Amino acid sequence: MASPADGRDWESRETCEPVDRRDFLWEALKASLGVPIALSVVRVPELCGMQEESDAGAERIYGMGIDIRKCIGCGRCAQACKNENDVPDEPYFFNTWVERYVIRSDGEIVVDSPNGGIDGFPPYKEEGGTLRTFFVPKLCNHCEEAPCVQVCPVGATFITDDGAVLVDEEYCIGCGYCVQACPYGARWFDPVKHVARKCTFCYHRLAKGKVPACVEVCPTSARLFGNVGHRANPLAHFLRFNEIQVLKPHLNTKPKVFYANLDGEVR
Amino acid sequence: MPQQVVRLGIAFAVLAIVFMAARQALVPDTFGETGHYRAAAVDSIAAYPLQYAGHDACAVCHRPIAEKKSDSNHSGVSCEVCHGPAADHAAAPGSVKPPAPRERGFCPMCHGYNASRPSGFPQIDPVAHNPTVPCMTCHDPHAPEPPVIPGACRACHGQIASQKGVSHHATLPCLTCHEAPDEHKATPRLIRPGKPDTRDFCGGCHAEAAVSPSHIPRIDMSTHGDGYLCWQCHYPHHPGTE
Repeated sequence: MASPADGRDWESRETCEPVDRRDFLWEALKASLGVPIALSVVRVPELCGMQEESDAGAERIYGMGIDIRKCIGCGRCAQACKNENDVPDEPYFFNTWVERYVIRSDGEIVVDSPNGGIDGFPPYKEEGGTLRTFFVPKLCNHCEEAPCVQVCPVGATFITDDGAVLVDEEYCIGCGYCVQACPYGARWFDPVKHVARKCTFCYHRLAKGKVPACVEVCPTSARLFGNVGHRANPLAHFLRFNEIQVLKPHLNTKPKVFYANLDGEVR
Repeated sequence: MPQQVVRLGIAFAVLAIVFMAARQALVPDTFGETGHYRAAAVDSIAAYPLQYAGHDACAVCHRPIAEKKSDSNHSGVSCEVCHGPAADHAAAPGSVKPPAPRERGFCPMCHGYNASRPSGFPQIDPVAHNPTVPCMTCHDPHAPEPPVIPGACRACHGQIASQKGVSHHATLPCLTCHEAPDEHKATPRLIRPGKPDTRDFCGGCHAEAAVSPSHIPRIDMSTHGDGYLCWQCHYPHHPGTE
């Protein structure tokens, strides 16, 4: 019969009272009705809270990833941003732009961004030779601790529930404090509307389920967009498999634009 | 009640009423509902019109081209990178047509040589590369291929080959400097190709006494370089070799 190892089990089973089939089915039916009721009392959705929250959208925090090694400096992002967000064509107004860094053999760092990179970059011709050179796309970092939001005297700039830093153009009084306060130079003063303006992460596109225009047109996927901390999206993959830096971390602004392969000389 | 207390009370009441009225009038309707800002501003920003429809919208109608592109080197390049913002076209396909750039100046915005670009990215010198011929004559933008399928060294060493292609050494075949025994193709890691192991090899073109075209830069091999091999300081594939 049974081996010595499971002999004890066998005996305890024998001592059980026999259950008749009708009773067994009735008990099973009661249990199958009772379990969901019991579980709903202890609030299953809270036990596996992640799912409930992601469905409700409460944990949605937008962020962008930029891989410096993929950027070819074509400037399509800067052009697309102007097209999408009705930014004046003059070369002083940019929500996003591309900078060229040239680190010369003598250690000097030269940064330029002719028309934000929209018209391309002329060959760099300087004496002294080039040690390293690369492109750095820049935009509003949508800081978690945004200096621009802190200085606004009227509450016209704010951080939404999903982490985007926006400007209420109807309510902005155009004092320009935020333009001064931004350590990344990401804000500019609209000469037509007389309000402060900035990158919105293309909030109107996000609302329609699309990615920001700069991400849409980036031909080498140097820019990625997604939800910080949500595992099933391109940004999470980006944050997991690259060495990540942010710009000016010493300012404690907690940016949500993350750079991979960023050179230490980038300011 | 003393008269002065009554007067003070009236003054406070008037002040309070004025304050309440002013606050009612000055603070916008939805201010403070979700934070220190006008909650309605989020909705009005979210309601801005789209300009870029997104590549999914294009693929709905232009399926054959989208499928062709998705298998090509341009699979990651969205339609609107080249064709411009097309939300209007998506809304009214018959009346608004997006442009299709065919001129020679367009492709070099990405593929023209620029020292700051990643070295493996395919780049050409727009002045020297088949001047006056539109890019589309040889390259299909929806499925761009190099005119010659990469073979020999380029098949594996594409990044070096594309970098060398825009360097001063563009016209030199790989085998001018590297010895590659046939076994290298079968067991690339066991049988390695050679590199020049003497300074005189580079000196064959670059020494002062070398018999080579006069535009090639010359160097005094006896005093320059402290006995290091040339390629330890000068990367021969790199366009910025100095």
